[in-house]
Amino acid sequence: MSGWLASGMTTANLKQNALRQATPWLVPALIVVVWQALSIAGIVAARVLPAPTAVARAGWELLTAGTLIADVAISARRALLGFVIGGGVGFMLGLVNGFFPWGARLLDSSVQMGRNIPHLALIPLVILWFGIGEVARLFLVAIGVAFPIYINTYHGVRSVDTSLIEMSTTYGLTTWQLFRQVILPGALPSILVGVRYALGIMWLTLIVAESIAATSGIGYVTMNAREFLQTDVLVLGILLYALLGKLADVAARGLERRLLAWHPSYARA
Amino acid sequence: MEVTTSGVGIEATALHKAFTTRQVLLGVDVTIAPGEFVAIVGQSGCGKSTLLRLMAGLDTPDSGVVALAGEPPRPGSPLMRMMFQDARLLPWRRVIDNVGLGLPVGRQAEAGSALAEVGLAERGGDWPSILSGGQRQRVALARALASRPRALLLDEPLGALDALTRLEMQGLIERVWQEHGFTAALVTHDVEEAVALADRIIVLSAGQVALDLQVNLPRPRDHAARHFTELKATVLDEVLGTRHERVARMHALSPAQADRATERLVRTA
Repeated sequence: MSGWLASGMTTANLKQNALRQATPWLVPALIVVVWQALSIAGIVAARVLPAPTAVARAGWELLTAGTLIADVAISARRALLGFVIGGGVGFMLGLVNGFFPWGARLLDSSVQMGRNIPHLALIPLVILWFGIGEVARLFLVAIGVAFPIYINTYHGVRSVDTSLIEMSTTYGLTTWQLFRQVILPGALPSILVGVRYALGIMWLTLIVAESIAATSGIGYVTMNAREFLQTDVLVLGILLYALLGKLADVAARGLERRLLAWHPSYARA
Repeated sequence: MEVTTSGVGIEATALHKAFTTRQVLLGVDVTIAPGEFVAIVGQSGCGKSTLLRLMAGLDTPDSGVVALAGEPPRPGSPLMRMMFQDARLLPWRRVIDNVGLGLPVGRQAEAGSALAEVGLAERGGDWPSILSGGQRQRVALARALASRPRALLLDEPLGALDALTRLEMQGLIERVWQEHGFTAALVTHDVEEAVALADRIIVLSAGQVALDLQVNLPRPRDHAARHFTELKATVLDEVLGTRHERVARMHALSPAQADRATERLVRTA
């Protein structure tokens, strides 16, 4: 902490920094306040949109009942597992096709054709193949994630500055060294863009996949709430999805900041 | 010339090189002795960069032979390093790691000393994006020197720099060349730079060697000295193709007399 202060942050700077951190939350906070006010005033019926306090209470009840954390964890685990599987396949394929011209010639067209099939439209087929269990859900998330990661990885590898590659060959770098020291880092900005985009698709797909027929997870909670007209739990579920999505985005942004610290746009003097 | 040198000889014999329909080199013979500093000048598109790339092994000639220390040149050879018009630093590595590119793990300390040689020892931890153009080229020079090459090929390395930085860098290049004793081949469009640095100047014109001139001026070169400016004028005339006109104009000679006068000038320079 003292080092942080010693780096030139005065009390005035700290206050400024705190204000800057708090500003993005001003609008959401305002929305919540207005929402609460409208609910109390009765302008918005409880059945249509429960008050924030009602939602919070529902959340608290589920939390103390011991199921909320487990459900959130299950949803998160599904999403991440699907992301790793689909992202892994997309990443590998993108690397191979980007690095080897024969790979691109052989596979890229096919992958592009596959990309244009909206993966959510495959749901009936997926249910037929895999039933309504975990595999079906993971498969959907994986497919949804694979294509943006593939495209951005492929593009990233292809657009590495060729003059850097030429320079590297004059320094006697082996193919593996070239890949690890030049191509991969060079493709990283594009790959991370793909990751951010894929994260959004991951959540979307998860929400839909969980609504098919889940026995656990946030989707299960909201489906039950729909059956029993518990709109407050429904809104809670939506907010939880939004919160998890925001967390994923923050994580991705943190990853970007660390891996792309060298990039002029991220550079802090 | 020095008796002991760590340089290797470069020989190009009867080189022909064409790009699609354009004949760039039409039978070029160049021999560079070990430890010699040769400048290759000529107008844009005369083939000087092509010649250098053939010497580096980055391209292969249509016919003719190139030999670096008696062997065909290989881009990754530890004997030879190249500097390009742009620094070609890896943006995702810090300066010191750029200088250490291609160095085996045990020899990273040599990167530090190479960086100190170009006067940037304290910038080792910086990202390349915050350096100026001149500083980046200095890092590129350090990188080339770090592995102790026995031949250094320079492809217009100072072309993108401002005049003052260029002068500084010329002094630096001369100093490290005298210090290390490698063979140097410098491609430049700046005739003054060629006369300032080289033992020998080769002018390429119409795909062939038009002039091969020994520079016997003492080092450090005085740019204002009479022999310097005369030599510069001679080379410039050859490059611009105004040799005959100028000598004739100067001495009110006929073209034949001008030819003989120029030859005498070349021999005594």
